[in-house]
Amino acid sequence: MLWRAGGALRLAPADAGALWFTLWQALLSAALSVAAAIPVARALARRRFAGRGLLVTLLGAPFILPVIVAVLGLIAVFGRGGALNDALGLIGLGPLSIYGWHGVVLAHVFFNLPLATRLILQGWLSIPAERFRLAASLGAPVGRLLEWPMLRGVVPGAFAVIFLICLTSFAVALTLGGGPRATTVELAIYQAIRFDFDLGRAALLAAIQFGICAAAALAVQAVRLPDTMGGGFDRVVERWDGGGLSRGVDAVALSLAAGFLLLPLAMIAARGLPGLADLPPGIWAAALRSLLVALGATALTLVLALALVLRGGWIATLSGLLPLAASSLVMGTGLFVVLYPVVAPRDVALPVTALVNAAMALPFAARILGPAVAQAEAAHGRLADSLGLAGWTRLRWLLLPRLRRPLGFAAGLTAALSMGDLGVIALFAGDGQATLPLMMVRLMGAYRMEQAAGAALLLLSLSLALFWIFDRGGRADADA
Amino acid sequence: MYHRLPAGLCLGLLAAAPALAQTPTLTVYAPDYFGSEWGPGPAIETAFEKTCGCDLQYQTGDLLPRLLLEGARTEADVAIGFDSTEMKKARDTGLFAPHGVDTAGLTLPIDWADDTFLPFDWSYLAFVYDNEALQDVPRSFAELVAAPDDLRIAIQDPRSSVSGLSLVLWAEQVFGDDVAQAWADLAPKITTVTPGWSEAYGLFTEGEVDMVLSYTTSPAYHLIAEGDATVSAAIFDEGHYMTIELAARLAGSDSPELAQSFMDFVTTPEFQSLIPTSNWSYPAELPAADWPEGFRDLPMPDKAIWLPEDKAALLRDPAIEAWRQGMLR
Repeated sequence: MLWRAGGALRLAPADAGALWFTLWQALLSAALSVAAAIPVARALARRRFAGRGLLVTLLGAPFILPVIVAVLGLIAVFGRGGALNDALGLIGLGPLSIYGWHGVVLAHVFFNLPLATRLILQGWLSIPAERFRLAASLGAPVGRLLEWPMLRGVVPGAFAVIFLICLTSFAVALTLGGGPRATTVELAIYQAIRFDFDLGRAALLAAIQFGICAAAALAVQAVRLPDTMGGGFDRVVERWDGGGLSRGVDAVALSLAAGFLLLPLAMIAARGLPGLADLPPGIWAAALRSLLVALGATALTLVLALALVLRGGWIATLSGLLPLAASSLVMGTGLFVVLYPVVAPRDVALPVTALVNAAMALPFAARILGPAVAQAEAAHGRLADSLGLAGWTRLRWLLLPRLRRPLGFAAGLTAALSMGDLGVIALFAGDGQATLPLMMVRLMGAYRMEQAAGAALLLLSLSLALFWIFDRGGRADADA
Repeated sequence: MYHRLPAGLCLGLLAAAPALAQTPTLTVYAPDYFGSEWGPGPAIETAFEKTCGCDLQYQTGDLLPRLLLEGARTEADVAIGFDSTEMKKARDTGLFAPHGVDTAGLTLPIDWADDTFLPFDWSYLAFVYDNEALQDVPRSFAELVAAPDDLRIAIQDPRSSVSGLSLVLWAEQVFGDDVAQAWADLAPKITTVTPGWSEAYGLFTEGEVDMVLSYTTSPAYHLIAEGDATVSAAIFDEGHYMTIELAARLAGSDSPELAQSFMDFVTTPEFQSLIPTSNWSYPAELPAADWPEGFRDLPMPDKAIWLPEDKAALLRDPAIEAWRQGMLR
């Protein structure tokens, strides 16, 4: 894109304000998401209760929702006529407004708290059962000896991923931000590409985003501690700590998180039900196309992420994070520029969508697989070396069996993300190539808000089902 | 392996294409809403194919950015769905040929003599509200600005949507030098600014806002498609900014006769009568007596405001900046 841009590169005065807002809202959103995720992940890690598996799956839902659907769900709870203000009204308290920077941060936490929870939970579950057994028998403090080092290894990566997601936020920031005070760099990019058609400016702004992203990636690499946990026998973790007061703390953390995340989802479902009955017939073909794109993107992402993670080093960290800095709009436009002289974009619309989705999901997959691979290598690598296990055999016998859970989670996340992505197909689609999210947007654009809500519910259900199937596949062992 | 499936499907379609190659193809670039099954595209395609002996194919997406990207190599024969605020930028590409259609019969509220861009529909920008819920409906832009601060309005961002851009031009025409102050006074009532029309309208139908920036023709959708008469557009004394949608034919088209016959088709009653109930806007060349009933009864502003392309291009950046400054005060 830079190459195609040419022309004079310049920044408007308003861009400095946008850059500042973009940075601080992303920092705050990431900090809150991660801080809130730690108690939730701890509770999920050390409690067993009915519906835990279902809760873990549903917690994945906000992250994979199309932005506008999630925003309308949030408004149904936190908006002027929302459930929260109704409840506050009953006890005589004035209405709260969701619009402003706090609304933006609230929405970002809604999107990313589940992701942070799952990433950190992954860390908790990677502490070998034997360690907890030993700690329990010695009466040693689990928190300081086992959990703190694990968190120091996992949290910086989770923080960086979420920071970068919030960095490229645009529709959330605009819709809930309440006006130009909440302008992000991504809005300026959108304006430059789709409105002014100033590719030079778009490329300059995208380069700034890339710069921030690269800095974040390097910071993560510097902060993260090497894993010193050692290996175990992949037993089910049993915990002996955590009675009494901590039981109450866990219950509160879980109820708050579940309420915060599930209420808007319930609202989306309730809004969608009436529209479900009269969905247009074309919706099923669109759903099938979305499904194929999602599966293609998933296969591609898993292969790329494994390759990236096995290679390791800072280059892998960087290339595993960089796609986060580019929105699918930027990537799509770039691909359009590259592809157009070679092939008619509409002929490759769906494969290109799968490709871009795969690239966008890559950072998440790499983040999920990375620690697991490192741990397996640290624990069993030397044994495998001495047995001469290398290449495919090593992958088959050493790594893949230990990667089932993260692979399942990564696959589920990729599939669901790809299912809900709108960005690219809108640039490429020809006749009869609409995906489910595009159908939803078209319905909204044609005043058919109720049918659009039905399509959103269908999209949510399909994404969740995909997520559940993959994720469940990875957690098939008894501990789910 | 799964990602090969769509590619395989595409190859299959390509292989089938030569069988259809006997009939010439007319490639029409259009915005996404236009070509979708709820837009006017499909009905227009059917009607045109009846007489043209051709295959009309839409390619939907961002119209102008795509043409700018493709330049002279574009395979488009016709482009339909430009917003009149982007006319200058479109003309400056030099990609278009004269439309060759007589514009004397157009039924727009303003005179139209442009020989490159041909209007096919239009509407007035307006603030739309629920007439059962909202009591003191502003009768002018000035009254809207002076309304109590508990009024809740959703508008679109002028930096990412054509309706938002038209709004700031409208305000600029109404308030002149005082426009930044007008925005500052309006700011407390603006609940939020959305990237596009759909999000804002969704907020309105959810009951989250009292008024939304839309069009005077929006109530016709609710009336005709839903039998719901509770949605109205507030009519302002100062006049309303017009949105005009345009078609043009590409100079580099490889089937110029076909492209010309499509341009001729645009102003026919057959094309024009499809517009109101599929695009929910006024047809550009059809007497009001021939409009559907729900459209004939819509309240009409007394005065149309519209800026010629050079003036609109000149005012665009200052108007957006005045909006931004006013909203930040």
